[in-house]
Amino acid sequence: MDGFERLRVMFGAAPRKPLVVTPEARQVHSLKRMTKAEFEAMKEHARAHKLVNHKWRNRRWLVLIVVNLLFAFSFWLDIQILEGALTASRFVGFHLIDLNSALQVMLAHKHIIVNLFIGTATVFVLWVLLGGRSFCSWVCPYHLLAEWFEWLHLQLAARKWVSDHEFHRGTRTVFWIAFSLLALVSGYTIFETLSPTGILSRALIYGPSLALGWVLLLLVFEVVYARRAWCRYVCPIGLTYGMVGALSPLRVEYRLEQCFHEGDCRKVCLVPHVLDVVIKGRAAALKTPLGPDCTRCGLCIDVCPSGALGFDVKGLQKLL
Amino acid sequence: MNDRQEQPVAPVAPSGAPAGGGRAQAPVRKQAARRRFIRSAVMIGGVLSLAMLGYLPLASARKPRLRPPGALEEHDLLSSCIKCGQCVQVCPVAAIRLDDIDSGFGVGVPYIDARQQACDFSCDAVQCILACPTGSLTYRKPASLKTRAGMLLAQSPVLKAKEKDPEPTLNLAERIGVARLARPEACLAVQGRGFKGQARGPEYYGRLRYVAIDRWRPMPVREHPYDRDLCNLCVTECPIGDAITMAERVDGDGRKRYRPLVREQCVGCGVCEMICPVEPAAIVVAPRAPWGA
Repeated sequence: MDGFERLRVMFGAAPRKPLVVTPEARQVHSLKRMTKAEFEAMKEHARAHKLVNHKWRNRRWLVLIVVNLLFAFSFWLDIQILEGALTASRFVGFHLIDLNSALQVMLAHKHIIVNLFIGTATVFVLWVLLGGRSFCSWVCPYHLLAEWFEWLHLQLAARKWVSDHEFHRGTRTVFWIAFSLLALVSGYTIFETLSPTGILSRALIYGPSLALGWVLLLLVFEVVYARRAWCRYVCPIGLTYGMVGALSPLRVEYRLEQCFHEGDCRKVCLVPHVLDVVIKGRAAALKTPLGPDCTRCGLCIDVCPSGALGFDVKGLQKLL
Repeated sequence: MNDRQEQPVAPVAPSGAPAGGGRAQAPVRKQAARRRFIRSAVMIGGVLSLAMLGYLPLASARKPRLRPPGALEEHDLLSSCIKCGQCVQVCPVAAIRLDDIDSGFGVGVPYIDARQQACDFSCDAVQCILACPTGSLTYRKPASLKTRAGMLLAQSPVLKAKEKDPEPTLNLAERIGVARLARPEACLAVQGRGFKGQARGPEYYGRLRYVAIDRWRPMPVREHPYDRDLCNLCVTECPIGDAITMAERVDGDGRKRYRPLVREQCVGCGVCEMICPVEPAAIVVAPRAPWGA
């Protein structure tokens, strides 16, 4: 999967089998051809050594909670470190402006003042360095709530009380374009009226609002009808940061040689299409970076029993 | 990855993901794809119509909001405001609040409920304007943005608290509304009556800057009782110079009649509405109204 193919998949296309496979990868693929019994034995062995851990999840939750509390305490306790809300803020005086909110405002208002530009540029550089959609899983408060409600969905689904209805992933691209056009034409930042990220962030800092009812409605929808529907199929913030993440050197890397193709990673992943490469026979090279739609949440790294997935910074190996 | 070897890879394990590429789809899978497509189309329609609810007259027909000082015209404000609440955070008297989802496109946009807590310019510099990252609140509007007639102030308003400073004016070019005596029959001054006690009663938590007591620390109105032979709280507590006076005339029967008179320098901050001791207030701010309307 080259960069272009990964972008295609992010915008909604179904992942394709690679046309070109390196000889090394082909060798590994053919070495992995074995009888069912051999494979089962190998899997059992790996399972026996499986270390259940939540290292990255715990780190991530901690970061997410600390960041959001920093916003809240900056106002409640007047410690003034991170003033504002997730849409726009000031970190010890430096402007930070959420890229999707900035885009909406620029399209709606058609007038960009210096502070808006500085804040947007700063945040752009920040998330290019930190991995784009890592904003989603490491900062967005809705992501955390949705993660907890996803657990509930999975419990109910296991009892066959609810089932997951998939949507076409291209809907998110349609939403991104639609909300951009709406802002441009109407002159209102229409997406912001619905954005659970903004609503939650403001509620956390400035106190509860009626708008939380909408967020609750979304969560209920995700529990009873479609798993993680907002993040997967709607949220334009995710796609905006995904595009930024396409430029990022920080990503999760898949190592074919260590993989037993058990597929646990795909079960926990918010965006399993980026893990298409872990399907047996799909990897085109020994090491493959996951696509830009990956939120760098680390759930797959935690769940992989054989260390086939890990964080990687592009070019860092060469540099060291 | 960049090695040019043709030969496709080993057979693919069946997976739940829909197959891309050329393989013909089984009828069941085709049907599933069709259902998914319909579901997606319905969701797009649903979410977009929800997003457009702000266009319903219900949301737009609400009583106009008083916006913070320096706010652009309503439509420009709604389009440029990034809904971060930094203006809320810097206000020393906590006059600014953020609107809720029942205001449609106004969700998260700052407003002032003057009767609850008016802007008394305790900060001197209009901090909310300084804090705004997008220019929704601004000292000087770019020329391309609309300004209605009667919104520009004839001259920079003098802030009474700064009267003795070298630069006594407030950096504010436009008004945010205009005060008017909405219920003259209820006005104590019109009735020729005085006022004694806490202007808004013991339960009221609003604050006001009393320069004579402490210029930099606004204090609760309930801790500052008044005693006036003729009620003139709206005139004396107005933070702006020459914005409101007590007009006086002598009737045919020789009795003196009084009436608060709002003047051109009124910026619409709402302190008069906040301090008015009758319930509901006799004097109120018409949000976003121009002078002379």
